[in-house]
Amino acid sequence: MSTSEQHTPDAQGNHNWVDVQNSPDFRELRRRLRSFVFPMAGLFLAWYLLYVLLADYAHGFMSTKVLGNINVGLILGLLQFVSTFVITTLYVRHANKNLDPMAEKLRNELEGGQA
Amino acid sequence: MNGNALLNIGIFGIFVAATLVVVIRASRNTKTAADYLAAGRAFTGPQNGIAIAGDYLSAASFLGIAGAIAVNGYDGFLYSIGFLVAWLIALLLVAELLRNTGKFTMGDVLAFRMQQRPIRAAAATSTMAVSFFYLLAQMAGAGGLVALLLGITGKGGQAVVIAVVGALMIAYVLIGGMKGTTWVQIIKAVLLIAGAGVMTVWVMGKYGFNLSNLLGSVSDKLLGPGLQYGKTETSKLDFISLALALVLGTAGLPHILMRFYTVPTAKEARRSVVWAIWLIGIFYLLTLVLGYGAAALVGSDKITKAPGGVNSAAPLLAEALGGPVLLGLIAAVAFATILAVVAGLTITASASFAHDIYANIIKKGQLEDKEAEVKVARRTAVVIGIVAILGGILANGQNIAFLVALAFAVAASANLPTILYSLFWKRFNTAGALWSIYGGLGITVLLIVFSPVVSGKPVNPATGKSASMLQGVDFHWFPLDNPGLVSIPLSFLLGYLGTILSKENNKEKYAEMEVRALTGVGAEKATAH
Repeated sequence: MSTSEQHTPDAQGNHNWVDVQNSPDFRELRRRLRSFVFPMAGLFLAWYLLYVLLADYAHGFMSTKVLGNINVGLILGLLQFVSTFVITTLYVRHANKNLDPMAEKLRNELEGGQA
Repeated sequence: MNGNALLNIGIFGIFVAATLVVVIRASRNTKTAADYLAAGRAFTGPQNGIAIAGDYLSAASFLGIAGAIAVNGYDGFLYSIGFLVAWLIALLLVAELLRNTGKFTMGDVLAFRMQQRPIRAAAATSTMAVSFFYLLAQMAGAGGLVALLLGITGKGGQAVVIAVVGALMIAYVLIGGMKGTTWVQIIKAVLLIAGAGVMTVWVMGKYGFNLSNLLGSVSDKLLGPGLQYGKTETSKLDFISLALALVLGTAGLPHILMRFYTVPTAKEARRSVVWAIWLIGIFYLLTLVLGYGAAALVGSDKITKAPGGVNSAAPLLAEALGGPVLLGLIAAVAFATILAVVAGLTITASASFAHDIYANIIKKGQLEDKEAEVKVARRTAVVIGIVAILGGILANGQNIAFLVALAFAVAASANLPTILYSLFWKRFNTAGALWSIYGGLGITVLLIVFSPVVSGKPVNPATGKSASMLQGVDFHWFPLDNPGLVSIPLSFLLGYLGTILSKENNKEKYAEMEVRALTGVGAEKATAH
């Protein structure tokens, strides 16, 4: 329970948040987060939308059988599952390697500074 | 059916007894608001991930999607893809930042750098609207399920069962709070996924573990898209609209957002979502087999004509595979699903009332007695439970499928734009947030009221009834069943316009919010017992 209901900077009033926000370390952390999540979000939304449009307007193509009774539509649908699992794994790896250590360092600096 | 009904009730009774014991044991240390509303923030990522899966895989997901695949084939499968892909938004853009900046509710995050009272009122309004639509859909769905599983066809008998479900749900929430509710979700998720897994292996075994063989024994028209949404240009647009609401709605569902506060850190929130994505993804792959399995082994026609209609596909498949015992098990799991989801929704709505409205608006955040917030949350839960029981009884037998679509559309239109702007846009301000929440909510409800789901669908000559909610009137002018295609872009636009037309711009508060969101400085810690 370190913050008040109103989030007024009492115990942590020592921080000038704008300065922290403009510090090179924090800007680098933000760049690392945004340069991963924004393009990735754009990518999976575009891929999902493409899939939806194909399922909606290209019935013949989607119904083409490829392997036995398994058709293009089913394969593309299953690939949506695969891409979701892959993006999840990639993000976790990125966060563990490139985001967490930096966030922890900044957090320790800020929380150490108030004591 | 009577012997089966007793068996079903017996198995369900065992589930209720076992979960009540767990809930009572879990509630022993519940004292503060953080204990009651956020389970002391002491769940691990994997535990919370399983609970999220339990919260998310509602009866609509389990019975609804398996049934939609059995009857509409590939078009049913499209639902599950939207429901799954949506989780990437929660993972990449929302979960961790939300965990770091809030305490109990969506309102915490939205109000962080805004004027507290108007924003919290707006956030609570949309939270309660989404929860209420969702809750009503689940409760009314329980009526149909009862008809199918217990052989109770009279309205009076069904009302009694709805009341029992509601009373049990109130008990879970009152006694267990968030901690007890989370354990119910976990137990239910494990049972649900295990049950679906056993049935999937069983079905696949009948077809030599060859998916192509299974697909070969269902009608060819079920394999390609278009059976449900391909008929006209309007229904194709409707499908795009639905797909948008599904993919953008999940990360705006308040009962899902609230789950991120039950873990100690942002990293655990991330792990929760990863677990949830794997479990939900695997579960939807199982429902694909169950849906086509039901089409092959039970038959689409028999499913459509059964009491409970499309929702009966999974239970009928269970009966065809393993007789009354497996039917009883799956029926009990289906009941447990409804019970767990309504409990999760109730605690979310009561948390929003107690925390956003009572503690922060009425008491202006100056609450002396910390236990008062818990007391108010408990009372609210009872009121919401009673409203849900009455609503469920009234809505029983109504066409309520649109309520879930409505909940997702409101979440995608009113909540998600506001959350994303709030977390990522420096300039965003109180006016923008109010415009996108109230604008999104208002437009969505307006478009639904004047859509074909409420009035004006053609009368089916076979039954003499229209598929709309109201019979014999037609005041619809919006052509689509799902408003998302219009309401989501409009809400983003309103949030933008509201922001730039207002001068307010709190740079310092945004700096604090962004630093805290990304680093976890000053984030709420787990309470130690």
